[in-house]
Amino acid sequence: MLLKAFGVAAALTFTLAAPAAYAQAPNDAQIAHIAYTAGTIDVAAGKQALAKSQNKAVRDFAQEMVRDHTAVNDQALALVKKLHVTPQDNPTSQALSKDAAAKLASYAKLSGAAFDKAYVTNEVAFHKTVNGALSKTLIPNAKNPELKSLLQTGLKLFTEHQTHAEHLAAGLK
Amino acid sequence: MNTPRLWFVVLAGAALSAAPASAPAAKPRAPVIYTVILKDMKFGPTPPAIHVGDTIEWDNEDIFLHSATAKDKAFDVELKPKAHLWTTFHTPGTYAFSCRYHPGMTGTIVVRP
Repeated sequence: MLLKAFGVAAALTFTLAAPAAYAQAPNDAQIAHIAYTAGTIDVAAGKQALAKSQNKAVRDFAQEMVRDHTAVNDQALALVKKLHVTPQDNPTSQALSKDAAAKLASYAKLSGAAFDKAYVTNEVAFHKTVNGALSKTLIPNAKNPELKSLLQTGLKLFTEHQTHAEHLAAGLK
Repeated sequence: MNTPRLWFVVLAGAALSAAPASAPAAKPRAPVIYTVILKDMKFGPTPPAIHVGDTIEWDNEDIFLHSATAKDKAFDVELKPKAHLWTTFHTPGTYAFSCRYHPGMTGTIVVRP
């Protein structure tokens, strides 16, 4: 399970952090879509954890993920509406969604401590990957200052989430 | 950022302390309100020290739910996005606090008699 999680994380890192794979850097509409998709994925993962886990620390963390990522996505939706921008689907968003769906299906088969460990381990990898993408690809390529600012806020939040997930993972060992 | 709201009280106190010995005794120190801003997933600077009777105004400028929760449970303030609430300190001590929802957010308030 750990290797599988790492493999997916590595694939996402390549997809998100390798603009050379594209003819050109992502535009604001694509960046907004990628960021929103990443948030939606973590909300879904958090809801799955709330449905399956009995561990208080894991449940508290999952509630934090659902609450915070929902807040950021609500803000993102308000921003794209204000800017009259339609988020644009793209290969990165599609890869994120595909991998997330596979993980949700895989983790649905787990329970108890095995689920908790898989969920938290993946949260560490996921936030690490998204934070790398935000700092190396999404924020540098964002043109609109308000979008860039929201992404920077997201990076601060997700960095805190990554630290929290790492502490939680250490406690589960 | 911490902002003493009642600077005039401090100035008045300073003026009284500089008065001649025959002047009336200084009035008791009036309480002061300080503001601690929560922004970008951090608690802003806290005052070096406050005194019993002083108040901290917690001002959440983030879009996320936060709390200011004392490690010893002396206070626990839940702060919705853009909300601001107050804690008045009645007991001297050093209060370590954090956000219940984001454990990486921490700070300390020192309360003197």
